[in-house]
Amino acid sequence: MNPFDLILATLGGALIGLAASGLLFSVGRIAGISGIVGGLLKPTGGDVAWRITFILGLLMGGVALALTGAEVFAAPAERSLWAIAIAGLLVGFGVRMGNGCTSGHGVCGLTRRSRRSLAATAMFMATGALTATIIEFFKGGIL
Amino acid sequence: MKTYLSIFSAGFVFALGLGISGMTNADNVIGFLTLTEMWNPSLAFVMVGAIGVHLILFRLILRRESPACDTVFRIPTRKDIDGRLLTGSALFGIGWGLGGFCPGPGIVSLASGSPAALLFVGTMIVGMVAFGEFDKLISRKREGYVENTSKPNTAS
Repeated sequence: MNPFDLILATLGGALIGLAASGLLFSVGRIAGISGIVGGLLKPTGGDVAWRITFILGLLMGGVALALTGAEVFAAPAERSLWAIAIAGLLVGFGVRMGNGCTSGHGVCGLTRRSRRSLAATAMFMATGALTATIIEFFKGGIL
Repeated sequence: MKTYLSIFSAGFVFALGLGISGMTNADNVIGFLTLTEMWNPSLAFVMVGAIGVHLILFRLILRRESPACDTVFRIPTRKDIDGRLLTGSALFGIGWGLGGFCPGPGIVSLASGSPAALLFVGTMIVGMVAFGEFDKLISRKREGYVENTSKPNTAS
């Protein structure tokens, strides 16, 4: 692992913390991506525009990254599209059931020292590591 | 307008942070979750950077009476650790380790136009809708159960 990559990881992380703080400062909301997206699926009045605006910001940030030409995007090298499709279903179902993902529980929740977020983060880190490690073990199989 | 500009900027900076930190490269995420001698620690550094900055600013922000462009802070207050939280998080983790994407990097990666990112976000939304339907079904069943037990059984 290149030490420069770890510096970039920390700096990028700091930007994520800054963005989460900006959202809290301006509209008092938690920057949990799954909650922001999921809230659009059963929309209530006055609650839609800010969510769409945030997601547009995310998308435009992605476009800006793509325009720089830096190779920041990569799909997983050793996962089939079947695996990705099942992964998407599990992630979508799981984050709604568990009320959050890496951003809402992992970053924002741990910052507040929320017990729920600590339990959620420990759980998804554990099952995530177990899954990825088992796949690595059986590499070359159907996945 | 100022409100929406700041919300947009928060999303924009969030995306830049994900890109710069290497989290829009799914192999960095899979490398973190794969516990072998090739372990990639970068996700831990991202968490430290994000929580470090947010920890300082969070405290300063909450000294205010209200957010700059709204009337109240909407911060989750629940403290109970229930089966839903743990089951949901466990399922999310399995999907995360399987695909290497979580919701934020998935959405930001749409800009790359990669089939994997498009497929991930599409199926993720299907999964979210599916949970909404599942949740409705469960709560309807639960209501039905309460209704049945509250009435005396006249048939027997």
